[in-house]
Amino acid sequence: MTITADREATSQEDVPRKPPAKKKARRDSQLKAAILFLIPASIGFVVFFAWPAIRGLYLSFTDYNLLRPSTFIGFDNYVAISTDPVFWNSLKVTLEYVVMNVGVQTAAALGLAVLMQRFTRSMVVRGVIMLPYLIANVIVALVWFWLCDYNLGIINAALDFFGIDKVGFFGNENVAMGTIAMVNVWRHLGYTALLLFAGLQAIPKDVYEAAEVDGAGEWRVFRSVTLPLLRPVLAFVLVVTVVGSFQIFDTIAVTTGGGPVDATRAINYYIYQRAFERLDFGYASALAVILMIILAAIALLQNKLLRANESDLER
Amino acid sequence: MKMNRVAILTLAAIPLVLTGCSASSAESASGTTLTYGLWDANQAPAYKQCATDFHKANPDITVKVEQLGWDDYWNKINTGFVSGENYDVFTSHLANFPEFMLNKQILPLDDYIKADGVDLKAYQPGLADLWKGTDDKQYGLPKDFDTIAMFYNKQLTDAAGLTADQLSTLDWNPDDGGTYEAAIAHLTVDKNGVRGDEAGFDKKNVATYGLWMENSGGSDGQTQWSFLAHTTGWEETNGAWGDEYNFDDPRFQSTIDWWYSLVEKGYMPSFEAQTGIGWSDQLTAGKVAMASNGSWMTGAVFGAKSDTFTPAIAPTPTGPSGKRASMFNGLADNIAAGTKHPDEAWQWVKYLGSIDCQSVVAEAAVVFPAIPAATDAAIAAFKAKDIDVSAFTTQVEDKTTFLYSITDHRSDVAALVTPVMESIMSGKATASSLTAVNKQVNALFK
Repeated sequence: MTITADREATSQEDVPRKPPAKKKARRDSQLKAAILFLIPASIGFVVFFAWPAIRGLYLSFTDYNLLRPSTFIGFDNYVAISTDPVFWNSLKVTLEYVVMNVGVQTAAALGLAVLMQRFTRSMVVRGVIMLPYLIANVIVALVWFWLCDYNLGIINAALDFFGIDKVGFFGNENVAMGTIAMVNVWRHLGYTALLLFAGLQAIPKDVYEAAEVDGAGEWRVFRSVTLPLLRPVLAFVLVVTVVGSFQIFDTIAVTTGGGPVDATRAINYYIYQRAFERLDFGYASALAVILMIILAAIALLQNKLLRANESDLER
Repeated sequence: MKMNRVAILTLAAIPLVLTGCSASSAESASGTTLTYGLWDANQAPAYKQCATDFHKANPDITVKVEQLGWDDYWNKINTGFVSGENYDVFTSHLANFPEFMLNKQILPLDDYIKADGVDLKAYQPGLADLWKGTDDKQYGLPKDFDTIAMFYNKQLTDAAGLTADQLSTLDWNPDDGGTYEAAIAHLTVDKNGVRGDEAGFDKKNVATYGLWMENSGGSDGQTQWSFLAHTTGWEETNGAWGDEYNFDDPRFQSTIDWWYSLVEKGYMPSFEAQTGIGWSDQLTAGKVAMASNGSWMTGAVFGAKSDTFTPAIAPTPTGPSGKRASMFNGLADNIAAGTKHPDEAWQWVKYLGSIDCQSVVAEAAVVFPAIPAATDAAIAAFKAKDIDVSAFTTQVEDKTTFLYSITDHRSDVAALVTPVMESIMSGKATASSLTAVNKQVNALFK
């Protein structure tokens, strides 16, 4: 009974829903075109992301060292990592870096973006703000490394001139990671500000006019209008900068090399050293898998917390 | 008709056969092409000259010389072993040699050496032994060597009233530092012009340090502390291809404690203060009077000569043993096991290890070639540039050199010891903390 009833129901529903043959053909041809357009990107994704990720996952269960044939060792790498003090320290210093880097960068970029939107139309100013981003990471790092040198750097010469104690910006354990974080803030600030600025441009003018009519001041407007309406863009910027920030590598590689002691041995630099200096590719792959899981979890959490997919405009 | 067609076809085929012939003959004329890698840009011109000369003598072998920076160079070689796209012959370093040898990534040369009658005694004594594997086979022919000495700014030592003679007869011990420490103290000058050994010296505001640190020296201290520690009778490991490190030896630890004491006295920059621009620029800029380093830096240091910088070299101080000591490190060329042309590669390696190529290298006056006659030629070439390098060669003549410690797990040892050395040199721990890490190091070999 029920079966026939179901059948009747489906057949009844099916009839009006069936698309006209012409429409179906069009959808088919659209599908073909879509596939055609997706192929290049998919090949890139499979060759450069998916396959290396799968292979990395496999290698993380081996003792692969590049030169010797590898053997499957199960979770041994992960067990070893769980008691590796350098790993835990690298997580700690990476987290410190991310908080300092993203915190300062987002706040400053937001301020800069609001200033750009409210007070200037100048393309020159917008261009100048982007300039540091156009310089290669390694060059930025080296220039700051020289500027910050204890004995020959201009910054310490200035401190000395004003009678302030010199600072080993890259050589002091307590300062080094902060220095690296600020160097990268300097480089990325303009780019982040520009992203936020684009988000601000998308906020309709009439909400500002309405706020003005209601007699809201500049700060009140920022807090009650700008910030909530900017949320989706801000969420996007945060996800991208946090993930990018976690992968800090080049600045460390050309300045401190992970030192002093382990103060700047961030997770990505530790992975590099394990793999390319100690040829411990199995262990390094396991570290990379752990980093990937952490990043995925953080991105997911951020999306949830910041409700990145919805805008207050639509409500 | 039929015959004609065949004739025409035959005729038509002739040029094909001819071109085929000429193509193959051209190929045999160009012969084998070998790739050769090195990391030192300063030496690339000399080796390119060697390659040209070699091709003249062996027209059927062409050598393509490629130079890459240190990091990229080793990445290329390591990954090249796996991908099969590697140099046929490459300049090798003792830090990487054990790994390559134990994993059979490079070819032993014994059969070739025997067949061609190459004399391993033709090189500076000891250098050939560096390239002997655990299997007692020879993997490389020595090409050059380096030793350690003190580079100093003569204008600053003159101002301090220290003569070249005094600087070359300094003695050292781990208790009070001897005349070596006295000289370093006297060369240190604070902001007010007070010297390190004078009353009222302000160690918090040093204008010119007596000695430079150059990081912590990691696990070999090649240019930092090995030349001191070895004068106490300390050895880093229990012999060539050792399986035990001696960082727990009190003689070593007292050397490191003394070395750090220079920081506390203000004669040497702290670890914090020396992180940044490299030692040779600090020396050039007058921020330091003296710095220990390797002979390979000679060209760079003397190239920076200026109105305020007059470079000069003194030998390392004598120690408790009554003798000097210097690490004796040498390079050699290895043949990658994956090469398609091992015989031709050997011809090139043999040429690199011969007096013909080493004389060309000597003329460039960058490093000391491994064959004594070529070493002398290099000394003369340096002299022609007004550089007295006897401070480096005296260690070889007096037989006061010791060899770089070759062991397995060298990169793991470095990764374990370097942070500990850095915390000692940052004043966060004493040298006794090396005992614990020494246990970890030795556990690698069990």
